[in-house]
Amino acid sequence: MNAPVNPNELELQTVEFKLDGKAIVAYEGETILKAAKRHGVDIPHLCFKDGYRPDGNCRACVVEINGERTLAPSCCRSATAGMEVKANSERALKSQKLVLEMLLSDMPDEGYKWVGDSDAERQQHQHGELSEWASRLDVQVRPELKALRRHQPQADLSHPAMAVNLDACIQCNRCVRACREEQVNDVIGYAMRGAHSEIVFDLSDPMGLSTCVACGECVQACPTGALMPKTHMGSQAVDRKVDSVCPFCGVGCQITYNVKDEQIVSVDGRDGPANHSRLCVKGRFGFDYVHNPQRLTKPLIRKPGIKKDEGSIEAAGKNPNDWKEVFREASWEEALDLAAGKLKGLRDQYGKKSLAGFGSAKGSNEEAYLFQKLVRTGFGSNNVDHCTRLCHASSVAALLEGVGSGAVSNQVNDIEHSGLIMVIGSNPTANHPVAATWMKNAAKNGTKIVLADPRITDIGKYAWRTLQFKPDTDVAMLNAMIYTVIEEGLCDQEFVKNRASNFEALKENIKGYSPEAMAPICGIPAERLREVAREFAKSKASMILWGMGVSQHVHGTDNARCLIALVSITGQIGKPGSGLHPLRGQNNVQGASDAGLIPMMFPNYQRVDNPDAHDWFEKFWNTPLDKKPGYTVVEIMHKITAPDSDPDKVRGMYIMGENPAMSDPDLNHARHALVSLDHLVVQDIFMTETAWLADVILPASAWPEKTGTVTNTDRMVQLGKRALSPPGDAKPDLWIIQELAKRIDLQWGYQGEECGVAEIYDEMRRAMHAAIQGITWERLQRESSVTYPCLSEDDPGQPIVFDQSFPTKDGRVKLVPADIIPANERPDETFPYVLITGRQLEHWHTGSMTRRASVLDAIEPMATASMCGADMTQLALKSGDVITIRSRRGEVVIHVRRDDGTPAGAIFMPFAYYEAAANLMTNPALDPFGKIPEFKYCAVAVTKGGKPAQFIGYELLVNDAMLIR
Amino acid sequence: MIELRRGAGAYICGEESAMIESIEGKRGEPRMRPPYIAQVGLFGRPTLEHNFETLYWVRDIVQRGPQWFSTYGRHDRKGLRSFSVSGRVKSPGVKLAPAGITIQELIDEYCGGMQAGHSFYGYLPGGASGGILPASMNTIPLDFDTLQPYGCFIGSAAVVVFSDHDKARDAALNVMRFFEHESCGQCTPCRVGTSKAAQLMQVPKWDQSTLEDLSTVMVDASICGLGQAAPNPIRCVTKYFPQEIA
Repeated sequence: MNAPVNPNELELQTVEFKLDGKAIVAYEGETILKAAKRHGVDIPHLCFKDGYRPDGNCRACVVEINGERTLAPSCCRSATAGMEVKANSERALKSQKLVLEMLLSDMPDEGYKWVGDSDAERQQHQHGELSEWASRLDVQVRPELKALRRHQPQADLSHPAMAVNLDACIQCNRCVRACREEQVNDVIGYAMRGAHSEIVFDLSDPMGLSTCVACGECVQACPTGALMPKTHMGSQAVDRKVDSVCPFCGVGCQITYNVKDEQIVSVDGRDGPANHSRLCVKGRFGFDYVHNPQRLTKPLIRKPGIKKDEGSIEAAGKNPNDWKEVFREASWEEALDLAAGKLKGLRDQYGKKSLAGFGSAKGSNEEAYLFQKLVRTGFGSNNVDHCTRLCHASSVAALLEGVGSGAVSNQVNDIEHSGLIMVIGSNPTANHPVAATWMKNAAKNGTKIVLADPRITDIGKYAWRTLQFKPDTDVAMLNAMIYTVIEEGLCDQEFVKNRASNFEALKENIKGYSPEAMAPICGIPAERLREVAREFAKSKASMILWGMGVSQHVHGTDNARCLIALVSITGQIGKPGSGLHPLRGQNNVQGASDAGLIPMMFPNYQRVDNPDAHDWFEKFWNTPLDKKPGYTVVEIMHKITAPDSDPDKVRGMYIMGENPAMSDPDLNHARHALVSLDHLVVQDIFMTETAWLADVILPASAWPEKTGTVTNTDRMVQLGKRALSPPGDAKPDLWIIQELAKRIDLQWGYQGEECGVAEIYDEMRRAMHAAIQGITWERLQRESSVTYPCLSEDDPGQPIVFDQSFPTKDGRVKLVPADIIPANERPDETFPYVLITGRQLEHWHTGSMTRRASVLDAIEPMATASMCGADMTQLALKSGDVITIRSRRGEVVIHVRRDDGTPAGAIFMPFAYYEAAANLMTNPALDPFGKIPEFKYCAVAVTKGGKPAQFIGYELLVNDAMLIR
Repeated sequence: MIELRRGAGAYICGEESAMIESIEGKRGEPRMRPPYIAQVGLFGRPTLEHNFETLYWVRDIVQRGPQWFSTYGRHDRKGLRSFSVSGRVKSPGVKLAPAGITIQELIDEYCGGMQAGHSFYGYLPGGASGGILPASMNTIPLDFDTLQPYGCFIGSAAVVVFSDHDKARDAALNVMRFFEHESCGQCTPCRVGTSKAAQLMQVPKWDQSTLEDLSTVMVDASICGLGQAAPNPIRCVTKYFPQEIA
């Protein structure tokens, strides 16, 4: 991207016009409403919402324009030179006020939204923004119009999260724009005509029964309270509003917590660079897990003689009454002494390799940094890892090898500049919903979406082409495209010559991969493969966004190598709208990896076996450090069950904010391994399946209870501020880590408020060298979000990287050829179906948070598996029937739902449900480079019938308001 | 190539930009202007939109020359109009008559006079939106720009003649209900105004203050001509038939 050469190009053109007799300067194209506002003139407006397309329907903003017969809507009209506008003339004011009066005349006696708690507020201001403007313009409804109030529609309270009271609707259609143009879910429509006009969900279905995905954009947009979040109706006054970041996915939406009486009552979207006030159902409505009565509030110690029982994971552990059978409450002193003491004892007796730590991708950067520092300097080995291993480990392996960096090259919002985006192995509307809204916006604007996935998911509705390739055949499909580019002369020759290396090897290897040869393997017709390849190469900018479908295979690294090759030979990287974007899952998986919470690298990907890095950190931390990379997540499970003779046998673990007893593959083995540990310390907010198997449980802080930074998929470092204190005796994670560190003889001594978080952040910043050099704590306080690389304090942050060179040894991208490697376990006669595991919109990963969030649970309370109609017919299944899915490693009984996007011969399951844990069946076979398990492919048998495991609820605060009627 | 598209009967889809919206497959809601449809119209392209009567005459005018069309007309007006006359006349129907003809001439020369037992009381010169005039004002030439001084307009020249058997207020209420029914519902003045006005016009003694306020906001702030013209029947009855609403 070139900086403008001429300063004149930076200046906005201006336009001079008159407003109520005063000369005013507007920017070219700026509306009268906005120009007026900038000059302190507030013209009333209702249907206008800043950021949304102006619609000009309410007519509250009408102004006189000299020479025009009728009044004009100032929200839609741009000022032109010499225009004479009157916003406050008698004629303009009369219509503005009449509009407000007419709308007020149809409002119900009792409204749904007002600021302030007093009776006066209740009386006067019950209808949100309508009341505010009426009050400012001194508008009351005359009795003659009051007497003509319309026949009011009935309330629709069918949705668990939102109340629909259309008696307060002013037909401004902000919600229609919110749903159709912002989030592009196309649920809300404007139906009927004239005075019967109403907003409807789908074909006038109750909201709770519609295709609404509960993103809540409509309740955020509604000016009068006709659409409201059920948890926060009426008075909008709160004790405090605290700015933070959403704790769920890697999009990193900025939010504001509304806190009243020490409870979060609602969450608003904040205008952050990744989300621009948009949220999804989890971020907006899934906050009350924080207040769930099952929060761990006291340190717990396993009672002597009570064996660890992996068999009881599903049945017990959910009801706090059951905990008393297994654990006793303890003081922090005792619990910390025991936790650290025993870990230290194991280390001293069996050696440093006998310990391992799993940190959290959901905690803050500071927590991740301290955790890996504790393992490296306290435990004395590099046995530290986190769930990135189960996520993009293979993508990162390929990226570090190819381009020298595992982070994204372009941010999601850059899609705006793309001619084509390939979404491969990713289901963004479910897993990165707000990122998906940008994709949908771009598609509506002409960007071509290519969806490549064995499952056709909702983003497919907006795709120019869908490539429903056979599961496991990514390399065949991608190599066919690379073949096309090379054979048809579509390479960017300059780029290949000057910025890539190893092209000849790639070219040689690709010879056997023509689309015609690959078509029968991947199931996509050759002509379609060629068409997509051509379009990819020729488009003005092409970006690849990918997810677990690419990475969670034994050939995940190879899959990613192909993606890197495809963008490189077409020159589609290093410029706006192009590049490589592995969509980061967890809210802080990027940050946790950056902070060094991985076994083979120090902070900022400096290899532990690199002598320079090793020496630097020994000095920085003033401790001898292990030179050898540690073991990864799945390898650690094997090391726990290794024979005593193995010098690397792991006997003690410290797990913070991770749930391997649900997220690891082959759960029977993983759980058995956890049970076999001599000593397991678990630090978490709930009694997770992993905590159930612990020796010591340390109750920790949930995300709204901490101040810290997190790094999203876009390389934005964002600040979350603490909104609440942890409940009971639960403590901040940073405090717990530091207390444990003390007890294994680490002298840290971080000073400052919020457990010294600012000091810890700064130390991490220095450890990471250049990458976040310019992002100081103070700068984050001011700006709330800064993109890295950010080399100095006045560097605004570089959203696009690799524009000049790649951070590899020779500055070029290395093209690595890939060949077809089959999945580790193919279907056969006994196990004829492919099991694909993944996630769903409403539930996050192992479900520990979201299944304890009342709204999310109300929307999706039950474990289900998805099959296409054809397969269901073959097994004589109806939607809702019970089936048993079985692999060589385990089985679950579950209800089936129909999804024709799932291919024949495959069955899809989310892994969020402990009573039907998908990972009981998955295959722990690893990609050799990334060490990531093959979650996306194993062989299962599906039979009708079975007895589902008992579902024990999470003591949700469910009331009538939340039931779906 | 001529492509015919059928509407589904909504009156508002006769409004030029609403018609375009409808042809594009969307709700028939008028657009904000500017930009005008001559700049941004159907499928975003500059668009010329005319009613069929205009299109019909183009062929003759091209063939015979513009002067020919101008040889027609009465009372210093030029051209021909198709007046769709209905109501209490002996022979209603479509009458091709000189532009500028007065209502009395139209009734007498083209419609066979009033029906037996009916005496001329009032008329709508231009369809639902064109206003209502009393029989005492029967010498106004009916054409573009001739009726504006009286708060009326010719519109589509759909002339309705009513007699001493009828009440102007009934016609006005009928028309307002029509607008209420046909309003697209997009903007507050028309959506709410037509509905409230129709209710207020039902009572024997009209609340003229409220009706005038509603009329003002509809005329000044509606998005399109439907809302802007909807107050015409109210204002005409108030002005020309005050005895009916006192």
